[in-house]
Amino acid sequence: MMRNPARRSGANIIKDRLGTAVVWSSGILVMGVLLAIISVVLARGLPFISLEFLTQAPQKMGREGGIFPMIVGTFLLALVAVPLATVLGVGAAVYLAEYTVENRLTRLVRSGTEILAGVPSIIFGLFGFVLFVVKLGFGWSVVSGGLTLAFMTLPTIIRTSEESLHAVPRIYREISYALGAGKWQTIRKVVLPTAGQGILTGVMLALGRAVAETAAVIFTAGSSLRLPAGPFDPVRTMAVHFYILAREGISMERAYATAAALIILILVVNSLALVLMRRYRARF
Amino acid sequence: MRRGWSLLSHERRIEQALLVSALSSVFILGLIIVFIFFEGLPAFRAAGITGLLGGLRWAPTKSAFGILPMIAGSLWVTLGALTLGAPVGVLCAVFLADFAPARIADITRVSVQMLAAIPSVVFGFIGLIFVVPFIRQYIGGPGFSVLASSIVLGVMILPTVVSISLDAIESLPRSYKEGAMALGATRWQVVSMVTLPSARSGILAAIILGMGRALGETMAVIMVAGNSLKIPTGLLAPVRTLTSGIALEMGYAEGLHRQALFAMGIVLMALILVLNLVASAVARGRSR
Repeated sequence: MMRNPARRSGANIIKDRLGTAVVWSSGILVMGVLLAIISVVLARGLPFISLEFLTQAPQKMGREGGIFPMIVGTFLLALVAVPLATVLGVGAAVYLAEYTVENRLTRLVRSGTEILAGVPSIIFGLFGFVLFVVKLGFGWSVVSGGLTLAFMTLPTIIRTSEESLHAVPRIYREISYALGAGKWQTIRKVVLPTAGQGILTGVMLALGRAVAETAAVIFTAGSSLRLPAGPFDPVRTMAVHFYILAREGISMERAYATAAALIILILVVNSLALVLMRRYRARF
Repeated sequence: MRRGWSLLSHERRIEQALLVSALSSVFILGLIIVFIFFEGLPAFRAAGITGLLGGLRWAPTKSAFGILPMIAGSLWVTLGALTLGAPVGVLCAVFLADFAPARIADITRVSVQMLAAIPSVVFGFIGLIFVVPFIRQYIGGPGFSVLASSIVLGVMILPTVVSISLDAIESLPRSYKEGAMALGATRWQVVSMVTLPSARSGILAAIILGMGRALGETMAVIMVAGNSLKIPTGLLAPVRTLTSGIALEMGYAEGLHRQALFAMGIVLMALILVLNLVASAVARGRSR
């Protein structure tokens, strides 16, 4: 396979230098792009963020006022989506990790989860619109948007939870069985608490995705500027609000400020996920 | 004895409940396919498969449902994104695996994860503020273009390409690299003659999944693509993709128009499914 790599001729050394330079620049480029995006948004957005901006309702379509209803809308959608995706996802992961060996069923579930993870968010939007908004009659609402996001974030939770469950040492389960505990008791009292941090990582990642989403939300939760009075009222999330402000050129400063608030929220949630994952990995 | 029996059936019920949640993702995937399919089918019937897939004119109020320009648009920007993003992504994975000192590798890894978390509207906005005006001023055309979309999407596929390529590179046996080093190969020779060729199928799978990500991206593309309904004639021409075509009109479409948007969803979903199948076939080739 190798074409005599042993020749350290001058040409090869130059190629090595060039190659090294290209590889380093790719790494630096990736870091640089992230840094540039975050710093531009924060530098231009933070000056416009104030307590009033975060706690007041928008006026004149968002040209003035704050983003309070959007913050509420974002959290309400997450509040529907994340617990539901967590229950289903952790359940699925427990079944995959604790109840089966590799067989046709697990392969089916794994490839289903993988494909679901690759389904574009606009497709989730279309689907949520037909099923929840139209067919089930929930309208553009917290419920429709939340359910759509639950489906969208499910693969993230299944994957991370299954990984975390596999990391729990076998001996923990064996000791629990030896003490006379049943299977479910062992899972509930030993395995799940041990894997808790890892599972929480997946929950945080899912929360981050739900908060960042636009395409799946705009056609299921709507874009109402008002505070919702109930679960079947439409809401506008921060991401959707930012999209509308920026695309329709309503107010650049308010767009930047909304983006800054959104980015900070997402960075906090994802940093939390990262820290939890590191702590969990370090334990085993 | 009776207590033991009830405990056993308790265990069975829990196992069944867990099985149901395990099947939820497959069930949801099925639901999505069925719903998108049935909503979009009438448009295929009304416009005909060739009229829809091969039609050049999209004027839904005048019953012209040609989506070929948008299919072409999606392919253009996806290929553009791959051309820009895939090499950087693969090389960044090489950087992480073999070149970066531990601390810098750590920072890079975190950057890649955070890049994956940035909302797509933010990418679109940055493209709108910086990339579009830059192209308009220094390269030409209206700025809203295939090129602008490719640049933005090229960045957005990086996390997918980097993380999956890195998995492939890191799962190579150490002995490959050590053998080459022992023969006196330079570091670049190890990368170009050993690492990349042996991790080939994993890297290919990474690129294909990145392609799926680019194909499915919506909000970022809407903001920088220009959304014109003509097949793009060059890199600087504006373009409309399948995804942005759906999102732009979903808000107000009714009847056959809405069904035509779902038909675009069918095409998009079919492309994504094919990409997924190819990616997993390629990845399976690696494990053999």
